[in-house]
Order: sequence, then structure tokens, then C-alpha cells
Amino acid sequence: MPEQIISSDSLSYRYNSVEVLSNISFDVEEGDYIGLVGPNGSGKSTLIRLILGLLSPASGGIRLFGHPTLEMKCRERIGYLPQKMNFFNPFFPSTVREVVSLGLMSGKKFPKRLETGDNKAIDDALDMLGIAHLRGKAIGDLSGGQQQRVFIARAIVNMPDLLLLDEPTTALDPETRDNFFKLMKRLNREKGVTIVLVTHDTGSIGKYASKLLYIDKEIIFFGGFDEFCMSGDMTAFFGPSSQHLICHRHDHSLLALKAKPKDE
Amino acid sequence: MSIAEYLQYGFIQRAIAAGAFISLLCSTLGVLLVLRRLSLIGDGLAHVTFGSVALGLLFGTYPVYVSLPVVMASSVGILKLMERARIFGDAAIGILSALGIAGGVMIASIAGGFNIDLFSYLFGNILSISVEEVYTSVILSLIVLVVIVFNYHDIFSITFDEEFAKAGGINTQKLNTMIVLFTSITVVLTMKVVGIMLTSALLIFPAVTAFQIAGSFKYSLMAAGAVSLASVMLGIMLSLFFNLPTGATIVLANAFFLTTAFIFKRVRSRGRT
Repeated sequence: MPEQIISSDSLSYRYNSVEVLSNISFDVEEGDYIGLVGPNGSGKSTLIRLILGLLSPASGGIRLFGHPTLEMKCRERIGYLPQKMNFFNPFFPSTVREVVSLGLMSGKKFPKRLETGDNKAIDDALDMLGIAHLRGKAIGDLSGGQQQRVFIARAIVNMPDLLLLDEPTTALDPETRDNFFKLMKRLNREKGVTIVLVTHDTGSIGKYASKLLYIDKEIIFFGGFDEFCMSGDMTAFFGPSSQHLICHRHDHSLLALKAKPKDE
Repeated sequence: MSIAEYLQYGFIQRAIAAGAFISLLCSTLGVLLVLRRLSLIGDGLAHVTFGSVALGLLFGTYPVYVSLPVVMASSVGILKLMERARIFGDAAIGILSALGIAGGVMIASIAGGFNIDLFSYLFGNILSISVEEVYTSVILSLIVLVVIVFNYHDIFSITFDEEFAKAGGINTQKLNTMIVLFTSITVVLTMKVVGIMLTSALLIFPAVTAFQIAGSFKYSLMAAGAVSLASVMLGIMLSLFFNLPTGATIVLANAFFLTTAFIFKRVRSRGRT
């Protein structure tokens, strides 16, 4: 039976008495790949931060790996990519290797030290993102897209069971973005990593994710893509083109998958 | 008189011992503060030190013993203003800084009679440091530096990206409180080296100099330490040779290293293009 990774029960959050999220209930199981979408200000990043325990809910609760999120100790099971612009100081004197090593620290006991195996884990993560040649470079000397790949490497270096990614494809060019989505799919399918990915790239989500969580202060839709694409006209929520884009890419992807055995 | 002859004197040996440890302390915390855009916290806390020194002189107590708890409490006050009252860091520092100066002036005005002593703390003199002050400086510096070394990775993590650090289970609130408390200890100890007016220079200059030449966090800490140590030693020696005020000479030595590092960086980047 698959492990319950996230369980949100009637979760609400208020900021300065303004309701940001209301009555959010959903479950994420081991191996799920959730595309978390919604318009600007719909509460996507807030939901991610609530899952991580960075914010306390106004009411309701959220459990992570079966534990209340604020009491969750085994943080090494989580990989996290925050929204880039919120935190990064481009003049920070740090090498790519140093930045990626931060992703390994949550599982370590005091006094924390990098061990021999950690260097390999860092190299492997950089290899996966195609930036191994940048390991000794200062993070501030890289382009926006390269920096984003470094932060993605930091999120996956620990090979976590759950990846929470907040707009990871911002600043990535189309080719790198496609490679990123393929890498996530590989981690999900081959390593069983559960993924919750916030994005505005509805086309790619339709192609790669297994479920869609659409929120706008409350849950508008949560379920599989087949269900979503058969759920009739939802343009009132998704705008005139989004549903078509998600379903078109999803169908296209399904057709490709169905066609594959015949080709082989 | 040669350097070797100067080094025979006890007051110079004391100045060098205390200066070495305090300079390493200042550079380490300076790197953390500058990167978190809290450079001026040293300045703000130094102004609070002014008020607490006046309080110490008023009650006839050794000023460092009064300053340490008062400045530590103020540093936590700055942190709470930032976290709970959602006041920007520079504004929180400005509020406590103004209160410190106003308190000091008020106490000096009411008490009268110790203005000369108070002004000696404004500009400091490491050459007049006592044996007791050397022990206090060395022990406190060692404690702070050892704690920072043992928490290096967590401190690096919260300095680079606090949200990521918190998500990874690091107790960011505890570390932030620890850093501001260490900063207040540093500011009080530095008061004797360069004086209240120039304390922030010892926190800011070595860090900014290190950022010109180092590409990693680890090397930034090491370079800042080397620059800070060299500046304090050079400042002490030059002030002896040319009969200059020691605190100001130390700050100008820091400025010299910053200028040199800046030129080095420009030349190096031109060489690459």
C-alpha cells in the first residue's frame, strides 16, 4: 500500500485577517506527480510553505509522512526549491558546490560535516542538471538559468522522497525546461520520488504530471488528467486556452505512450 | 626603536593579544552581517554601548560589565522589532541607535563630571587595555569563534537562504538570536580597540575587502580574518612608529587593504576580458 506523503485536512490560512486559503483538503500518495496550478495570488506558494511548516495554518491541519508538519523531524526526506526572486543575493560569495552542499545538511547530526560520499552526491546532482563543469564557479557569475539549475540540484542532491518545487522553470530556456521536466519524470518513475510542482506552464504539466491540483484560494479541481479533460467546460476557472492546452498536451503525451510499444 | 624592542613592552603584548582575537571575531561576524544586509547593526549597537558606558560610569561600575547585558538585550530588541513588529532592519537599528545615544547624553548631562571618561570610550585605545580586559576579550572571542565553527554549515545555510534553511529543519530563530548576541559581545569588546565611533568599521571593512578577492563563503571568512588581523597589527605598529591615534590608524589600514583589493579585482577582471 503506497505511503501517504501529504494529507491536508480543511486547511485555511489568513494573512492580516485576509483569507488566503480556505478549506483545502487533499491527499498526496507516494509516487504522485502533482502539478499545482492557479492564477497569481491564488495561494500556491502559501500552500507549499504550509506543507513545509514555514507557516502555521489558521485552522485545519496538514500531515507530512504521517506526522503533523510542524513536528516533522526527518527533513532529509524533503527537497525544496523556493521561488528564486524571494531570497537570492546575486553578490553572495559562494561556489556552486557550496550551494548544492546545503541540500545535504538537513539529514546530518551536530556537528555537521561534509563526508567523502557527499562529494559524489553533489557531482551526481550537478551531472543530472548538466552543470558539472560549473561546480567551482561563483554562483553570482552564472546566468539566471544556470543559477536556477544550481538551486534545482540543491533540492535533489539528497535524493529526497518528496520534492516541493515552487516555479522551478522560471528563467529556463525552452530546451533546458524540457530537460528539467524529463528529469523530474525520470525521478518520479524510476526513483519513486513524489513531486509537487508549482507552475504556470500548464502545457508541460499536462504532458508530464500525473495529477492536477488547481487552486484559487480554495480547491477548484484535484484529480487525474483524464478526469479533468472529461470534466466538461471549466473555462470559467481556467481561462479560454488553459484547459485546452493541458488536455491537448496530455492527450498527445498519452498517444505517444500508447504508440511506443508498437514502435518497439 | 625597532619592532622587536616595542614587543618587549607589556602594554604592546596585551594590545596585540587582544587585538588578534577581537579582529578575528569582528571579521567573522562582519561577513555574516554584511551578507544579510545588517552591516549597520554594529553601528547601532555601538551607539547603545555609548548609553550603557554612561550608565556604568554613573554607578561607578566597570563599563564593560554594564554594557554587555544592556547591548545584548538591545540586540535581541532589534531582532524582535524586525520579526514581530515587521519593521525593516535598518529602521529597527535606527530606533535602538537613537535611543542609545539619547540615553547616554541624558545620563552624562544629569550626572556631569565624567565626560572625559566617556569620550575616552568614544575613540578607544587598545594600548591602554588591562590584563583583565585581555582575558575577557580572549575568552569571549574563543567561545564565539568555536561556536561559529561548530555551527558553520547551519550558519552558512541561514545566511545564504533562510527559508531553505528553515525548511530543512534548522532552528533559524535560535541561530539568528545567537548571531545578534555574538555581535553585541563583539561590539562591546571592540569599543576598547577602536572606540564606539569606529566599531562598525571593524565589522564592515574586512568583510567587504574579502568579497573583492574570494569566490567562496569559506574563503571569504578566511580572507576577512587575514585582512582584519593584518589591519589591527599594522594599525598598532604604525600608530606606535608615527605617534598616531591607534583606533583611527587601524581603520585607515583597513581602508588601505580594501582599496588594494578593489584595484586587484579590477585588474584581474580586465585581464580575463
